Formats: sequence, structure tokens, C-alpha cells
Amino acid sequence: MKLLTCPVNGPRPVSEFVYGGEVRVEPPEGCTDREWADHVFNRSGIPGVKIEWWYHMASGTWFHAKRDVTHDRVIATWLPGEAPPAEDTP
Amino acid sequence: MAYQLLRFAASSSHPEPRMFRQPERLRETYDAVIIGAGGHGLASAYYLARDHGMRNIAVLERGYLGGGNTGRNTTIIRSNYLTPEGVAFYDESVRLWQDLATDFDLNLFYSNRGHFTLAHTDSAVRTMRWRAEVNKHLGVDSELVGPEAVKQACPQIDLSCGGEAPILGALYHAPGAIARHDAVAWGYGRGADQRGVEIHQQTEVLGIDVDGGRVKGVKTSRGYVSTPRVLSAVAGFTPRVTHMVGLRTPIFIHPLQAMVTEPMKPWLDAILVSGSLHIYVSQSARGELVMGASLDPYELHSTRSTLDFVEGLAAHMLDMFPFLSHARVNRQWAGMADMTPDFAPIMGKTPVEGFYLDAGWGTWGFKATPVCGKTMSYTVANDRNHPLIEAFGLSRFENYQLTGEKGAASVGH
Repeated sequence: MKLLTCPVNGPRPVSEFVYGGEVRVEPPEGCTDREWADHVFNRSGIPGVKIEWWYHMASGTWFHAKRDVTHDRVIATWLPGEAPPAEDTP
Repeated sequence: MAYQLLRFAASSSHPEPRMFRQPERLRETYDAVIIGAGGHGLASAYYLARDHGMRNIAVLERGYLGGGNTGRNTTIIRSNYLTPEGVAFYDESVRLWQDLATDFDLNLFYSNRGHFTLAHTDSAVRTMRWRAEVNKHLGVDSELVGPEAVKQACPQIDLSCGGEAPILGALYHAPGAIARHDAVAWGYGRGADQRGVEIHQQTEVLGIDVDGGRVKGVKTSRGYVSTPRVLSAVAGFTPRVTHMVGLRTPIFIHPLQAMVTEPMKPWLDAILVSGSLHIYVSQSARGELVMGASLDPYELHSTRSTLDFVEGLAAHMLDMFPFLSHARVNRQWAGMADMTPDFAPIMGKTPVEGFYLDAGWGTWGFKATPVCGKTMSYTVANDRNHPLIEAFGLSRFENYQLTGEKGAASVGH
């Protein structure tokens, strides 16, 4: 993708953004060392559609993006805490 | 004369030589199945057949031989790493490289050029000094040199690098070399094939049969094969394979792009790497400048390459070599890199009996091709990790025992 839609500022060149990795849920407090290591290091790895953290450097906005990581196609972007919108058309 | 040639062509006692056989069908059973006919997979097959007497082996390749990252890297061979386990491992590889062309009776265009890792800041100079001392302590030829040594080796370089971050020194590694990447796959492939190993291209692995925690067989696009041993050596596709056996790993996939210029008269003898400019360059036997930079900054399972990569790399190349402004970029491409959190590979036995991993090779796999073959073949044949790869086990993450190779393995982080 060459453009990414910041939920606050609209479509911007992808060079203005930093990739923050897949959105993942921390294990609960009191988990074992092994469960914690699994959360810290292990990844889903396989291709597909993923929900990711992205950061817009110019505005300091952290947001979610739903992206097909095989074809580099962004499906939707939205702020954390809000509901994901309908499919994005860049 | 024409008649002699025709007779020769039609003669059955001088058949056209082929690099490897193309077996018509898969057998029902193999003693071992290797997934991936790249440098690592074929090297493992070669040493398994040559040194461990295991010849009933199939190497399965979904595409064409050497078409994965073996055919896409920037061919640099070196052992100037940062950790004792890394240095020991890569240095064994450098040693093996030196006799490889003779072993194969094949020209690998292996060329010892000398390797400079340029330092543009004081902290970088300190890191280079640290690496030089670790290397020297372990018997590897590396030293810290000043900018005048860089200029002497490469008179065309602009030491000021456009003014912002001038070259203050470099880690000079005399054994640094380059080689023809495809030839290594062909050499190992032919050697394995001559010893009875079967190479099956256009054969995709669709599933791995695991019963009671132990490998039983492999489902492929051309049928099912039974085997007690599977070695996965598939850069860029590792997560898909580990998913088949239910293994979780830290591996994440990012593209790594590269490009070459048109061929030129030989002018660059050395291999240059710049941590600040995030680029590396060498001049191949064909006269092309082979260049690379850092990973694409996000996960992507694709070998597409981009214009902004070429623009960025070209701009940094011009900082070092302003005279190249008229040189033309001939070709660009990408590979899919198996990245790990500590920039070291994941090798050896796994919790699944009979399933062995040669993965996590990120941006540092080509140089390790021979030592990977040696250590993985030992590991598969003996069902025991080779001593040189003990530090690279999959279990190191759950034990918080990562290696510290980030500073020496790659650029651009």
C-alpha cells in the first residue's frame, strides 16, 4: 500500500506511519513465565487478514488497521475503543 | 566439422549432461523429507547423503530449485559477528566455503574481497572495536581501521558521505567474500542428487502428519509420503510449516528488497556495509553493483519490490559514491525474511519428535549455507543438536536466553 488512512487526518503517504505489530491480548496477571514468554516472543506468523497497531508520526495517533498481509491491502482503519468501520476504499 | 558435431549430438554415449534427475513420482516412504530446495535444504541433503549414509531422502520444493531466498540475497559471506556462539558458527561456515567449489567441481565465483563495516559515529566506532576484539579473541581476522584505510581500499568513496555523517572508521574483516548464490544451490543439489537424493520441484507440502507427538508423514500436492523425519528449511514460509505441526515460534515475515545496476568495469574490490546509511554493496563477477538495505518495516508475505526502496537506496549510494549518478538500476526484487527477536536463527530439534527446524534466517542466511548443511545433517542423522547450534534452539525464547546478534546481523534497526 502507498497510502494509509489515519482515522484523525485522512489518507497520508505510508512513509508517515510506523508499524506497531499485531494487536494482541496480554495474558492475565499471575500467568506463568512460560505464558509470558509466549506472549512476549511468539507471533501468529502465518499470512492472512490481521488487525495491527499503526502510529501516525506527524499527529502522534495510534490506531488499528485491518490489513491483508499477503496482498498489502488495507481493509479498514479505526481508533482503538471505537467500532471498526465498513471496508476502506483507498 | 558440421558432420562431426551432428554425430556427437546424436550419440547415446555422450548424453546431454543434466545437473539433477527429475524423478517421475514420489516414493511411498523416505528416511527423511526436507522441505525447501534452497541452499540450506540441499546442503543438508548433501551432507546427510555424503557424511551420514542417508540417501533415501526427498527434497520437496513448491517452486523451482533455489527460487526462494537462496536466489534473492546479496551474497555476502563473513564471520564478523558479535557473540561467541555466533562467531564460532559463522566462522566454520567461512572455512567450509573455501573448499566448496573444489568439492562440487563447479565454479561458485567465490571471491575473497575484504569486508568493511563503516562507522559514522563515535558509538559505532566503539561497537566496531568491540566486534574486532571479540573476533580476534576467537581467532577471526577482524580489526578496527581508520578512514584512510577505507579510502585506500576504495578511492572512489566520498568519506564525508554528503556531509552529515562522515566515515570515522570501519571494522575491516579480511575473509569477507561474495559468491554466485544460485551456483551454491546447484552445487549442493547436484552433489545430493548424484548420491541418490531425490529433488522434487513443483511439489508443495500441504500438511505434516503428526501422531502422538511424532512425525509420521507429509501430505504433498503430488501425494502422501511416509517418513519419520522432516526438516523444514523454507525461508519466508516457516510459519506456514510450523503451523502444520502446531508449533508456535517468534518468527515474523518482512520483505527484504535488493537491486543491481548495469554491469560496469571492475572498480569496487571490497564489500562495503554502512550501518548509518543502512546500505551494503559489492561488485559481482558480472560487474553489477549488488545492493541492499534494511527490511521493509511491516509484515508482508510477498516478494514485490517498490520504487521508494530503489529511490532511498540510490540516494544513500550517491552519498558514498557521487560519481554513480548516471549508473542505471537494472533489476530489483525481494525475498521474504524469517525475522526473529534476537537476529539469530532457530535451528535443531523441536518438541515434535522427528520435526527439525532450520529457520529464522532473516537477513543473514546465505553465508551460513555450508555450516547449516553440516550441523542440520548431523542433527537429523543423530536426533541430537550439533554443538555449534545449541545456542540457537527454539526453546531459548521460553527460557529468556536470547542471543545478542542484533548489532552485527543486519542494518537498519
